[in-house]
Amino acid sequence: MDSLDWAFPSSALEAKDLSLHYGPFEALKKVNLKVKAQEVTALIGPSGCGKSTFLRTLNRMNDLIPGCHLEGQVRIGGVDIYAKAMDVSLLRKRVGMVFQKPNPFPMSIYDNIAFAPRTFGIRKKEELDAIVIASLRQASIFEEVKDRLRESALALSGGQQQRLCIARALAASPQILLLDEPTSALDPISTAKIEDLLATLKSAVTIVIVTHNLQQAARIADTTAFFLLGEIVESGTTEDMFRRPTDKRTENYITGRFG
Amino acid sequence: MSDLRAFRRSRNFFASLKIASMVALGVSLVALVSIVLFVLIRGTGNLTFQLLFGKYGASPSIWPAFLGTLELIVIAVGVAAPIGIASAIFLSEYAERDFWLIRCIRLATETLAGIPSIVYGLFGYLVFVVACGWGYSLLGGGLTLAIMILPLIVRSTEESLLSVPMAIREGSYALGAGKVRTIFAVVLPSASEGILTSLILAMGRVVSESAVLIMTVGMVVNIVPVSPLSAGTSLALDIYYFASFGYPEEASATAVVLLLFVLSLNLLAFLLARLFERKKGLHGQS
Amino acid sequence: MAEQRRFDREIGSALEKLTKMSYLAEEAIDQTMEALKTRDKALAQKVIEGDQEIDRLDKEIEDQSFRILLLDQPVAGDFLRISSALKMITDLERIGDYAVDIAEEIVAFPDEPYIKEIIHLPLMGQYVIAMVHKAVRDFVNEDVASARTLARDDDKVDDLFLSIKKELIVLIKQKQENADQAIIFMMIAKYLERIGDHAVNIGEWVDYSLTGTHSMS
Repeated sequence: MDSLDWAFPSSALEAKDLSLHYGPFEALKKVNLKVKAQEVTALIGPSGCGKSTFLRTLNRMNDLIPGCHLEGQVRIGGVDIYAKAMDVSLLRKRVGMVFQKPNPFPMSIYDNIAFAPRTFGIRKKEELDAIVIASLRQASIFEEVKDRLRESALALSGGQQQRLCIARALAASPQILLLDEPTSALDPISTAKIEDLLATLKSAVTIVIVTHNLQQAARIADTTAFFLLGEIVESGTTEDMFRRPTDKRTENYITGRFG
Repeated sequence: MSDLRAFRRSRNFFASLKIASMVALGVSLVALVSIVLFVLIRGTGNLTFQLLFGKYGASPSIWPAFLGTLELIVIAVGVAAPIGIASAIFLSEYAERDFWLIRCIRLATETLAGIPSIVYGLFGYLVFVVACGWGYSLLGGGLTLAIMILPLIVRSTEESLLSVPMAIREGSYALGAGKVRTIFAVVLPSASEGILTSLILAMGRVVSESAVLIMTVGMVVNIVPVSPLSAGTSLALDIYYFASFGYPEEASATAVVLLLFVLSLNLLAFLLARLFERKKGLHGQS
Repeated sequence: MAEQRRFDREIGSALEKLTKMSYLAEEAIDQTMEALKTRDKALAQKVIEGDQEIDRLDKEIEDQSFRILLLDQPVAGDFLRISSALKMITDLERIGDYAVDIAEEIVAFPDEPYIKEIIHLPLMGQYVIAMVHKAVRDFVNEDVASARTLARDDDKVDDLFLSIKKELIVLIKQKQENADQAIIFMMIAKYLERIGDHAVNIGEWVDYSLTGTHSMS
């Protein structure tokens, strides 16, 4: 892990017997999940059942919460990300995250995207320019902002800001991208743009997305996992999950017969 | 019938309340405007080149006071700002919320903010003038003022830092930035408007102070200070001096200068706020 | 929760109509077989007119199902049931049409005595009525095991068809004049055999509605 070019051997992710406590409260109970590389995996389930908590264990964002205690393993490409030797900064470079509410920095669009490359030592203007343009293109927003890169990111619309945040995460060259309900605050058109973008992105970046919107999971996910009360009740290909779930609790949730 | 009377009574009550508050507003405005007008009327006529920039000889000059005031600002803000901002960073970014030390620091800050300035003056006198053996000095005055404005800077910097949403910090961490980079590259710039505004207001405080300076700086009105350890004076002190020792016109004129100084500081703060808002693009689409 | 009840009511209403449609189809077969036995042309005519009701239900259930799919986007069991219902009504409607075809033959039947006593045709009729009834009942009761026996039932129907065919060939070879009626009886037998096939189709959709896989024989 000496060089900034360090990457996980593959972007396949596995959680084994993952349990997490916030103080006395058990938020995750022995969660087991395999996330396949270059696929979209959706995490569905009622509010407060551990989906976001689980997502945040994948880039160790839970480390920021005091009193958080984790057992079990998370391995990416076979590498244990909770090992002492793991550089958390490099982990978060390779496992990016996009949040529910867009959170662009109050800086120019250019500076927002350049933030990650600059963090990892890239200073030359030509290199930064190239990365910024490539990331904006990858996030399908380049055409809309190419003439105002020096303007504030806060002047963009909600949907644009969210794509900006995706571009910002992509600028770090992640192998996995985590998205926590990325379109729940957006209108249908912005939502559709982001879903299309994720569909093209998955060949380059493995995607794990938490969503409340079952139709969204049905539309874009290859694999879906159903969380309930801190456990995974069932997971499988999206089509199987939605056509013929094996667990009655899953069926009750996705048909909306859940309290 | 009684319902109608009650309704009418309450309507009259609110109407008279409105009138009463307008009258109160009028009184405040009149008071404010009269002070400003009084100063301006009495003083502007006495603004001469000699008074402003000349050497203090037979006729007075506030040039030493100018320099003294500037030096005091530089020393006070120069010392208090880094310490204050660093403390605020500690309080807002590093300390855990319920840490007992935070409560102590906060208590100290609140207490310091409430101490009368004359007490600060006494402290400055005893420590810098006497104990350090510097005698009256601008440095002593500046340092005392630094202690005085420190709680102000800590409090408003901390507020500005706390008003930066947690989501911004999370975004930075999620991109692989460490805590230090997050603070200096993201949080501080976001809070910079609030911090700069508070520094400007602190400058205003420095300029307005008189009690502290009388006891630490020496009110030497006629000699241009050569070093920070020289005694000196400030604009506010000069007003006191002129008024007490028989130069009423000069006092009024100096008051005009001081007033303009303070007004420009406030204007600067206002303009900076507007500039930052535009930079952050808050006038763009939502 | 009020929205959920509306959805359940919608699906329930569609399935109720499906059951009614099935009942009408069974009744049509029953009545047309009765008309065949008793040579009751008026009854046969009633069957022909009654088919309107079956067609009307077909359209209603189809519209309702499309609406549910469009607006409620059902998933899992709900989806399987509604899609199966959509497919089943096609088979039921065809069954109704075959009953009409038989009735039309009866109405146009020449006024002469039957060339033989008809036993096997009504038996075939009974079998296929039972099959249609079983298929829809298994759908409502979610009984996949029973639905899977329909293929076997159809074998019996096919056997009956073959023996009727052999009988009629013998009758034609015996006397040329028998050919007029024999052809009509052959067609009626064919219609009944097709009804059996459609009942098997319905059974396959019952399987789909419960397992998510549609296997066609």
